[in-house]
Amino acid sequence: MEQTQSFRFFNRGPSPAVRLVFFGLLSILLLFVDARYKYLESVRSVISVLTYPLQRVVAAPAALWHEAGDFFVLQEKLLHDNTELRQQRTVDAVQLQQLQALRAENQHLRDLLAVQQRAPYPTQLAEIVYVERDLFKRKLFLDKGAQANVQAGQVVMDDIGVVGQVTRVYPWLSEVTLITDKDHAVPVQVLRNGLRTVVFGSGDTSELMLRYMPNSADLVEGDILVTSGIDGTYPSGLPVAKVGHIERDPAYPFARIQCSSVAGVDRQRQLLILSGQQNLPEHPEAVAEGGTDKHKRGRGRR
Amino acid sequence: MSNFPKDQEFLLPASNAFIAMTLLVALLLDWLPWGGVWQALRPDFVALVLLYWCTHKPYRIGIGMAWMVGIFADVADSSLFGQHALAYTVLAFGGVVLHRRMQMFDLRQQTLQVFPILLITYVTYALVHWQLHGYVAWAYFFGSIVSALLWIPLTLLLQVMRVPRADPNEL
Repeated sequence: MEQTQSFRFFNRGPSPAVRLVFFGLLSILLLFVDARYKYLESVRSVISVLTYPLQRVVAAPAALWHEAGDFFVLQEKLLHDNTELRQQRTVDAVQLQQLQALRAENQHLRDLLAVQQRAPYPTQLAEIVYVERDLFKRKLFLDKGAQANVQAGQVVMDDIGVVGQVTRVYPWLSEVTLITDKDHAVPVQVLRNGLRTVVFGSGDTSELMLRYMPNSADLVEGDILVTSGIDGTYPSGLPVAKVGHIERDPAYPFARIQCSSVAGVDRQRQLLILSGQQNLPEHPEAVAEGGTDKHKRGRGRR
Repeated sequence: MSNFPKDQEFLLPASNAFIAMTLLVALLLDWLPWGGVWQALRPDFVALVLLYWCTHKPYRIGIGMAWMVGIFADVADSSLFGQHALAYTVLAFGGVVLHRRMQMFDLRQQTLQVFPILLITYVTYALVHWQLHGYVAWAYFFGSIVSALLWIPLTLLLQVMRVPRADPNEL
C-alpha cells in the first residue's frame, strides 16, 4: 500500500487548510453547544461506557501498589493504630451517648417549636478511581455512579469535612468537583458567631478564600466554617474550612481571608456520598439567582 | 537527499492495527494518575504519537483522525467536548503541513521543529479554557517542554518497532 500511495497525486481530498478550518469550526461548535446548552451529556455517557474499562485498567497498577503497601505494613504500626483507635472509640462512645441525649432533646424542642425536622442523611461509601490529571481542574472520580443512585448535586465528604460535590454522573462513575476548585462556592457560617458567608475555592490544593468580607467582619484566625445549609444543596453543620491568614488592608474594601479546608481534599481514598437532599420550598421566581447557584451548573460564570 | 535518515527506507509499512494500538497505548499513558509535581510535568503522549503519525504517514493519519482521538480524550478528561479535539486538530495541521520539512532534519533538529507545534497545541487548549473559565494555570505549559523532549525517545521507539525482524537479504 505504500507504493500505491505515492502515485495518488490528485485524489487526496481537501487540502490540510480546508480540513483544519472544517474540524476547527466543528470543535468550536461542539464547545459552544456543550458550554451553553448541555445537550451532549448523553453522548458523553455513551462514550464513557467505552472508555471506562480502559480507565479502570490504567488505574489498576496504582491500586495494586496501594494494596501491596497495605499488605506489607509493620505489625508494630498495626498495634499502634489499634490502641489509638480503641482509645478514640472510647472517647467517641461517651460523646455518642451525649449525642443521643442531645438529639432526643433537640427533637423534643423542635417538636415544641414546630420547626421542620432534620432528617439524618443516608450515606454511601465510594472509592476514588482516579484523580483529575489536568492542572486546571480540581476534580476526582468515584466508583459509584447512576447505577448506585448517585445524583448530581450530592455532597461528598470524608470523615472530617466536606470534600466536594458530585457534578456529573456516569453509569458507573461520578465526577466530584472539589471545594478547592476555582470559583466553586460553598455557603458557610462561622461556627463561633453564626456569621454567614460564602467560601470560594482558589484552584490550589486545600486552599480556600473568603471574598467580599468587609474589613470589619468579625473573623479571627482559627475560626471554623461550617455549611449553613441555606442553599438547600449542602446540609447544614458540616465542617468545611478553617480560617487561616487574615489581611485587613484599609486601602481595599474587602479583607483578604485565606482558609484551609478541614477535610483532606487530596489525601483520602474513600469518601462518603451524602444521599439525602433537603426538600426546600421553591425559590421565589422574581429574585435573581444568587452566587451559590453557580456551581450547580458545573461551570463558573464570570 | 544525502542527509535523509538511512534506516527510514527499510521500515515496515505501518498497518492500521499498529497505528491504532500506538494511539491506544498513548491514551492509556495519558490516563495514568499523575500526581503532585508530576502533574505539571505531565507530557501529552497522545499529542506526541499523533504528531509522529502525522509527520510520517500524513495521508493515513491526518486532521480528521486527530479530531476523533481528541473527542475520546475529552470524554476521559471530562473537559468540554471539542477542547482536546480543537487542540489536536491544530497539532495535526502543523504535523501534516511540516511533514516534508521534518524529513529533512535529524532527530535533534526535529525536536526544535516539534516544540513550537506542541506549544501551539497547549496554547490552544489553555486559550479555550481561559475563554470559558477566565484563568490559566501557567504550570500547564511545562508539559509542552517535557513532551518535546520526549520526541527523540518516542520516535526511536516507534522506528524500532517498525523495523523488519528478519534480514530481508537472508532469502
